[in-house]
Amino acid sequence: MSLPSSEVFRSAALTRQLAGEIRQVVTRPWNIMEICGGQTHAILQYGLDQLLPPEITLIHGPGCPVCVTALESIENALQIARQPDVIFCSFGDMLRVPGARANLFSARAEGADVRVVYSPLDAVKLARETPQKQVVFFAIGFETTVPSIAASILHAERNKISNFSILPANVLVPPAMHAILKSPDNRVNAFLAAGHVCAVMGYWEYEPIAAQYRTPIVVTGFEPVDLLRGILMSVRQLESGRSEVENAYERAVTREGNPDAQAMITQVFEPVDRQWRGIGLISLSGLGLRPRFKSFDALERFALAHQAVSESPLCIAGQVLRGNATPHDCPAFGRECTPASPLGAPMVSSEGACAAYYRYQRVKT
Amino acid sequence: MCLGIPGKVIRLFDLDGTAMANVDFGGVQQEVCVATVPEVQVGQFVIVHAGFALNLLSEDEALETMRLLNEINKFNQAEDEGKPAA
Repeated sequence: MSLPSSEVFRSAALTRQLAGEIRQVVTRPWNIMEICGGQTHAILQYGLDQLLPPEITLIHGPGCPVCVTALESIENALQIARQPDVIFCSFGDMLRVPGARANLFSARAEGADVRVVYSPLDAVKLARETPQKQVVFFAIGFETTVPSIAASILHAERNKISNFSILPANVLVPPAMHAILKSPDNRVNAFLAAGHVCAVMGYWEYEPIAAQYRTPIVVTGFEPVDLLRGILMSVRQLESGRSEVENAYERAVTREGNPDAQAMITQVFEPVDRQWRGIGLISLSGLGLRPRFKSFDALERFALAHQAVSESPLCIAGQVLRGNATPHDCPAFGRECTPASPLGAPMVSSEGACAAYYRYQRVKT
Repeated sequence: MCLGIPGKVIRLFDLDGTAMANVDFGGVQQEVCVATVPEVQVGQFVIVHAGFALNLLSEDEALETMRLLNEINKFNQAEDEGKPAA
């Protein structure tokens, strides 16, 4: 037996069929938020928003790790990267994200040793190969990325690689969903939950959220057929007055998720309060290292000066990330702010809503 | 960032105490950490993010989803054929 290829889940016939079903089921306006920025890009790339009936509005969520990484974290990253004998490792997307005045690319141009890695394990390998340097990994990302960072720290501990550390900036989805649903200007009627976060965490955590706020949550994948199935299942729930957690990404997600990955996260990390760029402080929405692993915390290893930081006054990234504005509402979109010279993080990332609108040339209608 | 790519496990090995695998992504092979899918076997599919297997992919569930979708498709086609042309 072999797995049906991803192409099957991009079938034009099935995509049209599902869009037709959504048109038949819908009777009133509904706002559905896709949490994950990867889904935002897929929706715009395949033009799925244009296949939907006018009653359905997709609201783009905050699930873009690069976008929500706090300005203070980026300033800390810059300070660490500029120190001598440091190799600063990051996922590539992070390098162009604007800090208050500079970004990691410009720090590299000025002589800092900033490197792009594919996996945090690559940073641990680099630390082992260069024991005379401090190797620091910028630990950004949601629950999808956290197990890889936890495994890297356990690997470093096991192999006594003491010149490796992380700058902790990981964030969690459920506290952000609470923050959105509790907000007085909330417009979200249903959520598409991020499929790969749920591949790790399962969806048991979402059941109390769906019940408390009477909001349907459908675990959704990333191919066009997956996304329209997720939207169809959300609309069916909304139209029939149900608010349950359902799974439209069965091949990768179970209710329990991956218990071994969850155990590894819990072993290394504990929940901490965290600032989200453009959104603000969300209680217990981040992960910090547990006391046993504090020696791997770059914030403890390096003495960092506190800097006052402020955002570009033109950028409306915070409103875009909260789903209260679209990139077209921003006067700087495509003018002062482009992927080549971004004012805000959502224009940088391959998951940012502004970059998706820019790349796929959405014109305002 | 939360991109996950399905790949097939070709070989399992140990890297200084961490479980690893060679994984094939449609012809391109890469080393992937499989520490959180200890039950994985050669020939199985995993979903990979940042060089790390998030979970096993279920062939049965993938085929079941396709079967369901194809049934809906056939049902609707049959309905469409029964309708007079607009």
